[in-house]
Amino acid sequence: MKKHLSQRWLVRGAAVFAVASLLGTTACSGGGDGAGDSEAGEDVKIGLITKTDSNPFFVKMRESAQETAEAQGAELIALAGEFDGDNEGQVAAIENLVSQGVQGIMITPNSSSGILAAIKQARDQGVLVVALDTATDPEDAVDATFATDNHAAGVAQGSWVKESLGDEDPQLVMLDGTPGGTVDTFRHDGFLEGMGLEEDSPEVRGMENTNGDQTKAQTAMENLLQRVPDVNAVYTINEPAAAGGYAAIKAAGKEDQLHMGSIDGSCTGVENVKNGVIGATVMQFPTKMAEQGVEAIVAYAADGTKPEAGFNDTGSVLITDEPVDGLESEDTTWGAENCWG
Amino acid sequence: MNTSTPTMAMPAQAEQRGRWSAARIVRAPLFGSLIALVVAIIIFSVLSPSFLTLANFSLILQQSVVIGTLAVAQTLIILTAGIDLSIGSIAVFGTIVLAQASGAMGPVVGLLLTLVVCVAFGAINGGLVTVLRLPPFIVTLGAFTAIVAATRLLAGSQTFPVSDPVVVFLGTSFRIGGFTTTYGVIAMLLVYIVVGYALTQTAWGKHVYAVGGNPVAARLSGVRSQRTIFTVYLLAGVIAMIAAWAALGRIPNADPNAFQNANLETITAVVIGGTSLFGGRGGVLGTLIGTLIVGVLRNGLTLAGVDNLYQNIATGILVVVAVAVDQFMRQKSTR
Repeated sequence: MKKHLSQRWLVRGAAVFAVASLLGTTACSGGGDGAGDSEAGEDVKIGLITKTDSNPFFVKMRESAQETAEAQGAELIALAGEFDGDNEGQVAAIENLVSQGVQGIMITPNSSSGILAAIKQARDQGVLVVALDTATDPEDAVDATFATDNHAAGVAQGSWVKESLGDEDPQLVMLDGTPGGTVDTFRHDGFLEGMGLEEDSPEVRGMENTNGDQTKAQTAMENLLQRVPDVNAVYTINEPAAAGGYAAIKAAGKEDQLHMGSIDGSCTGVENVKNGVIGATVMQFPTKMAEQGVEAIVAYAADGTKPEAGFNDTGSVLITDEPVDGLESEDTTWGAENCWG
Repeated sequence: MNTSTPTMAMPAQAEQRGRWSAARIVRAPLFGSLIALVVAIIIFSVLSPSFLTLANFSLILQQSVVIGTLAVAQTLIILTAGIDLSIGSIAVFGTIVLAQASGAMGPVVGLLLTLVVCVAFGAINGGLVTVLRLPPFIVTLGAFTAIVAATRLLAGSQTFPVSDPVVVFLGTSFRIGGFTTTYGVIAMLLVYIVVGYALTQTAWGKHVYAVGGNPVAARLSGVRSQRTIFTVYLLAGVIAMIAAWAALGRIPNADPNAFQNANLETITAVVIGGTSLFGGRGGVLGTLIGTLIVGVLRNGLTLAGVDNLYQNIATGILVVVAVAVDQFMRQKSTR
């Protein structure tokens, strides 16, 4: 009998503990009820769904969206996938936001076509959906897109590397991102265009996928250097890949024979440009994407005005302390003032 | 509500104890999970006005379909004292096969081929575990690593949108009275019912519990242990194929990068549902409750405006609590 009692209490205790932990988690998370200014966006609920919530780029986007929404008196609900490629998580987030009665959703789609059905359902219920950072395929699956023209950013990186080489024959290696990624393909193709090369040009001596990850990029570059010891030009998908690549280059003592470009414009990246780790980087503006997205949704909630359909370029700026002729750029001082992360 | 639960959850052991009694319900592993689910629902209903609606419960079910279906396969394997770290990856591989094959050869051939492929993976896992007697953890860890890479090779790192009505059939919604749901939810519930019946009402089911709970006794009483375990891995392959089909219904785009956490999420659902990692104790009804707890947590915390990361903290705590309860139960029953 005693045994039964203690057992019963244990199970009950466990249930109570589980419940307490639930309550605890709900209690210790600050509810985001900003005191609504009497602005245009009063009583407007806006959803933001990023790819993940661990990448500084999306963290900055989230902060900026939060600030813009607060300034307008609107409420922002920020959600994210668990990992790059988490379509299920993003679809669930869309559904839950529609359940909550948001007027608009901003999303950085993990897959440019995987979540279209969920987006369509949201739009059918009168929710304005805008894509940030990554366009959907087809583009008109959302009401508008606010993003960097990644092809143009790739061209800028490629042009800088080409001009920096001067008369040297390019011996190029490419630290790519994720194979088949929408943004990755735009940047890769844009870079080659800026260099004036083709995918199968003999000057392209090697390509490796890094998933934009510093550790993987270092390993990839170590292997590429074994194969292409005379490399003088390096493309990188983003600044972590550039940092990883540079570690391998420095270990091989080749940092003086190379011109490396990158894309992102994070504060760490700009710092690396200043320190000579990266030759030039192309800055994007996640803050602008978030601001324009929030403004579009607030306007829509106020009187049904829809934003300019299609692709709205939020711009990109080349950041380098070694400017080249014919390419507009800003130095790292300007970069440090405008960087993100 | 909970009078019918113990029979499905607790096999022979409980039935020997004879009459139904309040004490027995409280001792059932399901009791704790059920209480947690009910309490979670009550909390979220208070916190968010949009939580306690039919439409929202329909969403929770739809969001649980893929993991919930795969968790049945995981339950079977864990009941045999094994574990499957590759079940989600097998399903993702299946989505690529289904998308490509149905595009080239039509949906029926596509579904059949997907079934063959998923069962083949199950057979490889099961064969290595039963014929070579390798630990399931190691076998399925290796399978997971290899299958993820094979999926990317097969997909050429592309995604494959699908639109064939048969391929996306499980994403089709229909109404029952005022409740809208999808055929995927029905498929998931059918998998639970069929496997639950097989586990509790057939000799095969008794054997599954026996080989996991007490392998020596099972062998001495004439159960063909290795054969039983092998059929469990084959059945897991069949269930993985159903999950793959359901996944394309929910997201009509086969993506090699999808469902990266599915392998572990199924284990989470099984453990929260009270099935013991030591084998031989638990059942699919518990797993269904476990799946719903995870789904209710995610949806409810979102609606309450709580960061999703807290959901993972709560889930993590629940897993540990569930295992602690299980440990305690085992000590009691072996005394």
